[in-house]
Amino acid sequence: MFSRYARRKFSDIFVRSACVAATVIALVPLVSVLYYVTSRGIGGINWEFFSELPKPVGEAGGGMANALAGSFKLLFLACVFGIPPGVLAGVYLAEFGDSRFGKLVRFSADVMSGVPSITVGIFVYSLVVLRAKHFSAFAGGVALGVLMLPTVTRTTEELLKLVPESLREAALGLGLPKWRATLRVMLRTAAPGIATGVMLAVARVAGETAPLLFTAFSNPFWSSGLNEPTASLPVIIYNYAVSPYEEWHRQAWAAALVLLLLVLLLNVSARLLVRNRVGVR
Amino acid sequence: MSVGHEISPLIRPRSKILTRFGSEVNWGDFAFRRVTALLATLLIVALAAMAIAMVHGSAESLSKFGLGFISAQVWDPARDVYGALPFIFGTIASSLLALCFAVPISLGVAIFLSELAPAWLREPVGFLVELLAAVPSVVYGLWGIFVLAPWLRTTVEPFLAQALGFLPFFQGQQRGFGMLAGGIILAIMITPTISSVSREVLRAVPSALREGALGLGATPWEAVRVAVLPYARSGLVGATILGLGRALGETMAITMVIGNRSEISTSLFAPSYTMASVIANEFSEATGSLYLSALAEVGLLLFVVTVLLNIVARLLVWRVGHVPVGGSL
Repeated sequence: MFSRYARRKFSDIFVRSACVAATVIALVPLVSVLYYVTSRGIGGINWEFFSELPKPVGEAGGGMANALAGSFKLLFLACVFGIPPGVLAGVYLAEFGDSRFGKLVRFSADVMSGVPSITVGIFVYSLVVLRAKHFSAFAGGVALGVLMLPTVTRTTEELLKLVPESLREAALGLGLPKWRATLRVMLRTAAPGIATGVMLAVARVAGETAPLLFTAFSNPFWSSGLNEPTASLPVIIYNYAVSPYEEWHRQAWAAALVLLLLVLLLNVSARLLVRNRVGVR
Repeated sequence: MSVGHEISPLIRPRSKILTRFGSEVNWGDFAFRRVTALLATLLIVALAAMAIAMVHGSAESLSKFGLGFISAQVWDPARDVYGALPFIFGTIASSLLALCFAVPISLGVAIFLSELAPAWLREPVGFLVELLAAVPSVVYGLWGIFVLAPWLRTTVEPFLAQALGFLPFFQGQQRGFGMLAGGIILAIMITPTISSVSREVLRAVPSALREGALGLGATPWEAVRVAVLPYARSGLVGATILGLGRALGETMAITMVIGNRSEISTSLFAPSYTMASVIANEFSEATGSLYLSALAEVGLLLFVVTVLLNIVARLLVWRVGHVPVGGSL
């Protein structure tokens, strides 16, 4: 009797420690990545890094100002293409989404969020790049926007559904038409949560490399306007990392540090935004 | 004098045109519904357009190679002969290897976070696990090239070769870059996906089941094993399939560590090549329409497989939240 109890107790403790061990193992790569990116990247961060163009192979120094600017340009375009349609489609799903059509939209969004980003690259390549016959920042922005779209839609829908119906009833009772009640009352109440979701989506596409390889391509110089290929942080990290040059590796680590900080900053501030609002999650 | 005017001037009669098209009372609502519906349609259109664009782009290769494309081993742009088997093999093998590492660990994490961890620890640890998903793929790749691969070459692979070298999996030249590195880096990247979906699934299990088992004298682990896991099983399988879908489509990190050689080898030390990697490496430099078309067909295969996996996974995960309580016990 006792031994049986002891055995059960033992297996309980064993599995519990296995679960703790699994959690620790899962976090080891995170710690390692953060450590190496910080320790190897910090040396390459200086004023030149943020203000200069890349130098040709063999010359020391140089920076990646064009890639930084390019990344922000692409993210801005992605927000333009991804957020307004995404939010409004989410509003549709929350307000009128019980129909079969709504289910189909929801299903498409879920499937789309699982599509590999590289195939989105091929899609935008054949849609934009082939037509225009050249790589462009515009194409890169479209690719990232398409990647953001499903996430933004579903987040908006989920968060709108969390807003209490009594708010809507109050607004309608005061004589607002339905569309104004939705936009001015419901959407505004859900806004902080939606902003969180949007920031997480931006953070995700900020590090996307694969869809940019054959849409925005890269560019060793400044790119003006939206019609030229543009450099971006993720693509330049990739190109430098697989190159055989010591100096470029150093630059790649520095760029990785900047990218990682940007992404983590977006993530952490998104969470803080949620935490300060009770009830919205 | 008609009655309508006397009741209230505030209630405007509905426009005749509006009545014909829908149930809305005013033009604002009418437009609002149509505009948002139009944008919602955009999602369906985008997905359909993706499918069409992929099929259209790969038409030439589809008609030239037919089904043989999947089973042919030679990929030679110089002779314009294309077969995708090495890439299909590399993708499936690396993803399955990643699942072998990631599933036990993710389940451990999910059980720890949803059942065992003290309340104050759940949120910070959960956040850290999600940060694992936030690190960009290309940063993992950089880390893979300069940290993981050298470590595998100098420490792990010699050890494996010595201890388990009689198995075909652990033979051959130890490079660091290869299937093993690819599997590990994929595992790292899908662990947050599998564990966070699993955690949600475990949370959806009614706590009455848990409490019932505990009330009968079960230890916490027994309660999880007897009451929680059976209820959550289909959802956990769904979480795993979602992870698999992510692993299949993951591009940058694995391209940077798997060695990129289109060989089929049993050894985990040997370099390999995945479908996503070959597209990433060759698409922007592909010359010739058949070459481009063959690459697009690889993308099409990837697209079809991941879409199917996602559909199955979502159905499985969805089921857990919707099984009537007590129905299946």
